[in-house]
Amino acid sequence: MKNFATPHGMNRRHFMSHLAGASAMAIPALTMGHTLQTHAQELKRNRKSAIMLWMSGGPSTMDIWDLKPGANTGGEFKPISTSGDVQISEHMPMMAKQMHNAAIIRSMSTSEADHGRGRYYMHTGYKPVLNMEHPSYGAVIAHETFDQRPELEVPPFVTVGGGSEGPGFLGMAWAPFAVNSNGQIRNLQMGMEEHRLMQRMAALDLVEKGFVSQNRGQAAEDHQNILKKTLALMTSEQMKAFRVAEEPQEVQERYGMDSFGKGCLMARRLVEAGVPFIEVDLGGWDMHTDIFNTLSNQRLPVLDRAMSALFEDLEQRGLLEDTAVMWMGEFSRTPRINGNTGRDHWARSWSVVVGGAGMNGGIAVGKTNEDGTRVDTEPYTSQDVMASVCKSLGISLETTFTSKSGRPMKIANSGKVIKELFA
Amino acid sequence: MAERLCSQLLALVALMLATSPLTVLSAPRGPNDFGIPQVAKINEELRKTWDAYELKPSQAATESEWCRRVYLDIIGRIPSVDELQEFTKNRSATKKADLVGKLLYDDKYTEEYARNWTTVWTTVLIGRAGGTERNSLTNREGMQKYLRDGFARNKPYNEMVDELVTATGSNRPGAENFNGAVNFLAMKVNDEKGTQATADTAKIFLGLQVQCTQCHNHPFNDWEQQKFWEFNAFFRQTRALRQFTPGTRDILGSELVDQDFAGEGGTPSDAEIYYELRNGLLKAAYPVFVDETEIGKSGFVNEVNRRDKLGELIQQSEYMDMCVANRYWSHFFGYGFTKPIDDMGPHNPASHPELLEYLGQQVREHSYNLKELIRWITLSEAYSLTSRVTKANEKDDPLLGETPKFTHFYLRQMQAEELYESLLVATRAAETSGSYEAQERSKSQWLSQFVLAFGTDDGGESTTFNGTIPQALMMFNGELIKNATDAKKGSFLWNIANSNMKPQQQIDYLFQAGLARQPTKDELAITYQLFVARATGGGNKKTIDTAAASMAALQDIWWAVLNSNEFIINH
Repeated sequence: MKNFATPHGMNRRHFMSHLAGASAMAIPALTMGHTLQTHAQELKRNRKSAIMLWMSGGPSTMDIWDLKPGANTGGEFKPISTSGDVQISEHMPMMAKQMHNAAIIRSMSTSEADHGRGRYYMHTGYKPVLNMEHPSYGAVIAHETFDQRPELEVPPFVTVGGGSEGPGFLGMAWAPFAVNSNGQIRNLQMGMEEHRLMQRMAALDLVEKGFVSQNRGQAAEDHQNILKKTLALMTSEQMKAFRVAEEPQEVQERYGMDSFGKGCLMARRLVEAGVPFIEVDLGGWDMHTDIFNTLSNQRLPVLDRAMSALFEDLEQRGLLEDTAVMWMGEFSRTPRINGNTGRDHWARSWSVVVGGAGMNGGIAVGKTNEDGTRVDTEPYTSQDVMASVCKSLGISLETTFTSKSGRPMKIANSGKVIKELFA
Repeated sequence: MAERLCSQLLALVALMLATSPLTVLSAPRGPNDFGIPQVAKINEELRKTWDAYELKPSQAATESEWCRRVYLDIIGRIPSVDELQEFTKNRSATKKADLVGKLLYDDKYTEEYARNWTTVWTTVLIGRAGGTERNSLTNREGMQKYLRDGFARNKPYNEMVDELVTATGSNRPGAENFNGAVNFLAMKVNDEKGTQATADTAKIFLGLQVQCTQCHNHPFNDWEQQKFWEFNAFFRQTRALRQFTPGTRDILGSELVDQDFAGEGGTPSDAEIYYELRNGLLKAAYPVFVDETEIGKSGFVNEVNRRDKLGELIQQSEYMDMCVANRYWSHFFGYGFTKPIDDMGPHNPASHPELLEYLGQQVREHSYNLKELIRWITLSEAYSLTSRVTKANEKDDPLLGETPKFTHFYLRQMQAEELYESLLVATRAAETSGSYEAQERSKSQWLSQFVLAFGTDDGGESTTFNGTIPQALMMFNGELIKNATDAKKGSFLWNIANSNMKPQQQIDYLFQAGLARQPTKDELAITYQLFVARATGGGNKKTIDTAAASMAALQDIWWAVLNSNEFIINH
């Protein structure tokens, strides 16, 4: 048998005697992340959450939420009546039964019609600038509610099937946790016994701290923070919230067996687990060609099933009054139908849908003109939607962040609350 | 009881280590320009900014840190222990210049140099997801093969740009008429009148962001809608023809061709295109380059090949020179002279305009040999500085929204590809795996877990290998790290455990391999504790044989090294 490796310069017999007596507890193993649990009861609970349904690519809202039958821009679809005081597209029949829960803001008017810029603007309330990275919705809401949820071990900002936008100057601790809608988190299973992992962590922690102490910049500390969060999550019971497959078959089918349906169902489970912000992505809205066929046969059936299921389920479980739901993309599409039966990028007049968390449902806020090319009432922006959602979640609009350079910035970029939603 | 014994052990270890050599910092000295005028100019221009902002640069990085950095940035992986020691033991005054020269021009490194820059440029040209979509007209392997051949031969940059802009032929290796360069444009010319080809060509090779002007005049820069469509007109003879697998509707590949363009007015000898103003009026446009140079209006390819003309005009533009200088600077420093690097122009002034212009000119004067540009950048004073921030330069923090002044090295995380290659080298796994193509395929497969595609017409995407939880989970529990820490016979760790190195040398070896430094006293102490824990069976109270315990402890240590911030962050 090979001799045990004896440290250089050390008397072998001496070393072995220590070896025999030293227990595995010699290493001050890190404890799993339950440190915040102790003062759980002292804090006021805010159980409110928000779900953003993000329509990547820019959905044509005048074919879904603000139809213009008869106008030369109106396209092929007909409006139908709903359970609210609004009409929507005939290809959204299930959602029509849920419209008492949702409000359509029909007077959105923004100015970013490039995917990257529009995605940033609608997620942050700020236009992209060169010398500043603004925090996105999820990061802001997670940041504002996290302290009130000491029991939460799942990351407070989860994005399903997409990338969302980053935490900006709030730092990597508030970055979105990106998962697939199948509920399987890659590499979650630790490949060794817990005590051994903790001992490895102790050694790792020493290297980490050494590097951080050398004053080399933020990235070193961010890395350390993420390790701690990862460790907490690996051992958390709460991770079962991601397992949509554990839902009864009929519930899964009600949401839809596609990835967006699973994502919406996962969002409900995460709300129940106390996650304050969940984004679910549905892509494929960038319809420069063949838009009516693609909408009626591909996107709208998927959207209609999952979105209506989400509202219905949240309402039935009594969660809707504490959960804000938003539906939006980076912009919408031109009223003019182009030569390829498609619509191009358009930001000047379009719709966003919100509901839940005490916001009025069944209404349309604002109006566009007869062919949808202009907003005829007070125009609303990304900031205004964000301010309204923050209000619905009980987050003060007086909240001010300080960027790393010391610049103060008001939450939601000083957007104004859309009053019809709360009247 | 156990605790008391252990603290005795610790004390012994500490005593024993008190005499071990510590890492020696290079003494600070004035900027060395290695007798290269371009290096002297970079040093001079940066010093001007430091003086103007009353900033003092940090000290030089340690030799090992610099060595690790230069391997990572030039050939895409960290140095092996042998390579590191070869450099640190070298006493020559020109050893830095020699190492850079070796990495750039020694045949031994040609393949790795080409692989690294192929990775970088593939991401620039077709993104991380390009060619992985079902029925894509892009062939990722074709793109990579084209780039790899070019970088292995050190093809002048202007030739590469010309070939990418003007390429015709089939997109997949092995096909008749194969020309991998077509993969840059293959997915970008058919849809939406080639607007994606327009936007990407202007952005990638000229540093001009024009995509917003497709619909309206740009809110920030001088570009107008007219200019966008005039640039777009260069691409309108071009089509990507689909090639199907015989008997199916599955796309096998594509062929990029130039065809006569009749124009939207139906007069091929005067082939105009139309675009719509916001007020609904239609306007006509012909191919006109960004500097107002006009070319013939004919749509007949044999009279005017529009892309050939575009290739010539781009090569004449000084924007091309500055754009590549900016891109390469940003590769080595983490920040370019503008942010983003591919948005240059009066609306977005550069942080060091004179230097940017100078580097662009020098690239042109040196026949677009990018290896020379790399040499100048990596031998500059700024590139040699430590990432440790001092009171005298802590204001220089681009994360605060400040323009970078380069008074210290900015931390940046390895790319996923760099991690992969580094582990192959650090654990010498590459020596036993299959062919180049097979290796590349398994790498691509591993990389795909991090890609998030947005599904938009501009090919928007992001990566989850960005320092967040999915990355940490992969490092903790993923296959790659499991393999790197494997204990089976013949593995990296097995070889170390069974070498004639003493235990402390083994630990030292692991720290050198991962972090290019020796362990500190505290780190050594905790590694001995891991030996103890493994020998006593951890918390299980069962005793295991000492060879196995020793092996297990090495696994623990190597795992901790690989998971550390110091390992993954280029510093």
